[in-house]
Amino acid sequence: MIVASPKSITELKNLIAGHKKVLFVGCGTCVTVCLAGGEREVGIASYAVRMARRLANEPIELTQQTIERQCENEFIKDLAEAAADADAIVSFGCGVGVQTIAERFPDKPVYAGLNTQFMGTLEEQAVWTEKCLGCGDCMLAQFGGICPVTRCAKRLLNGPCGGSTETHCEVDEDRPCAWQLIYTRLKNIDQLDRLDEIVPAKDWSTSWHSGARRVVRKEHRV
Amino acid sequence: MTPEMTPSATTTMMTGSAAADPAWEPEIIAFCCNYCAYAAADLAGSKRMQYPTNVRIIHTPCTGKIEMEHILDAFLKGIDGILVAGCLEGGCHFLEGNLRARKRTDRIREMLAEIGVGQERLRMVNLSAAEAPTFVRSVHEMVNTVRALGPSPLKDTQHLESEG
Repeated sequence: MIVASPKSITELKNLIAGHKKVLFVGCGTCVTVCLAGGEREVGIASYAVRMARRLANEPIELTQQTIERQCENEFIKDLAEAAADADAIVSFGCGVGVQTIAERFPDKPVYAGLNTQFMGTLEEQAVWTEKCLGCGDCMLAQFGGICPVTRCAKRLLNGPCGGSTETHCEVDEDRPCAWQLIYTRLKNIDQLDRLDEIVPAKDWSTSWHSGARRVVRKEHRV
Repeated sequence: MTPEMTPSATTTMMTGSAAADPAWEPEIIAFCCNYCAYAAADLAGSKRMQYPTNVRIIHTPCTGKIEMEHILDAFLKGIDGILVAGCLEGGCHFLEGNLRARKRTDRIREMLAEIGVGQERLRMVNLSAAEAPTFVRSVHEMVNTVRALGPSPLKDTQHLESEG
């Protein structure tokens, strides 16, 4: 899922300074699961902003609505009525949601209520870690299902660096060494011979580095 | 901390216009867990122990059942202070409801400080059902704290926004 974290109350307050009718939009998918931008979190943020604005003697008319997914126009259309009535919109979705809503309502200011972090997994209650960089050319099969492109700080493709301890990364001593994990995993599934293959330099042309990418699937086009 | 949320500005807001009203009395909500604080309050009554009438008790099944929205809504509506009273740590009937309540109250205290309402207006205490004197003392302390702070800065302001 996409993992995001909330902006501070002060940041939220500053974002909407000057706007009198504001719509807070939650997203019912990734950011609900990561406890950042779902219906409850939007409700709590609304309380905080209402209090802050009342203290500043700047009345605000604040409405809240949470839709299933902010990254799909199909769901965004449910916002049309509430958006028409608002001076500005604060999206509590990921950066994708913010931009999709902004495209859908070109005459409204749309602000981001969250800081989008990464694609990751829930390790334990309220702890998430990054697992995928979205490089566009998945190499997981070669590495026993553990991605050195994302999880090795140096993105090494042919074994660990000299700085790692037996189990942990030298860049962050709390982070497991991806190459130690890869070795253990390949050993467990009896595929250690994969490490004999030299992995050539990665082709980054499929990644973000030449700008925003686009996927077209002809078989599903209508 | 932004300029409008400096301690001096916060203090000014917390001792706003209503502070000058000599008839003002703090309005305080005490969320009391069924298994400890509510029983302790009941015991205090049975023992004829006196405590201020500023407190309105809300009977809850466990402090873990108190959502952040309940507390924030009360502050938005102008309550002067909130006391959350739960079981001793390790003594929760539902194992860890009071520990969760502690994390939530700590988070709301941070929010109240950032907003400028003042974190002292929210307090959590832990006690057992037998501790009527502790309950009475906690109420006295809360009332005294809030009385010193003055009325909530969210009280007596124009309520122009929607309930949304």
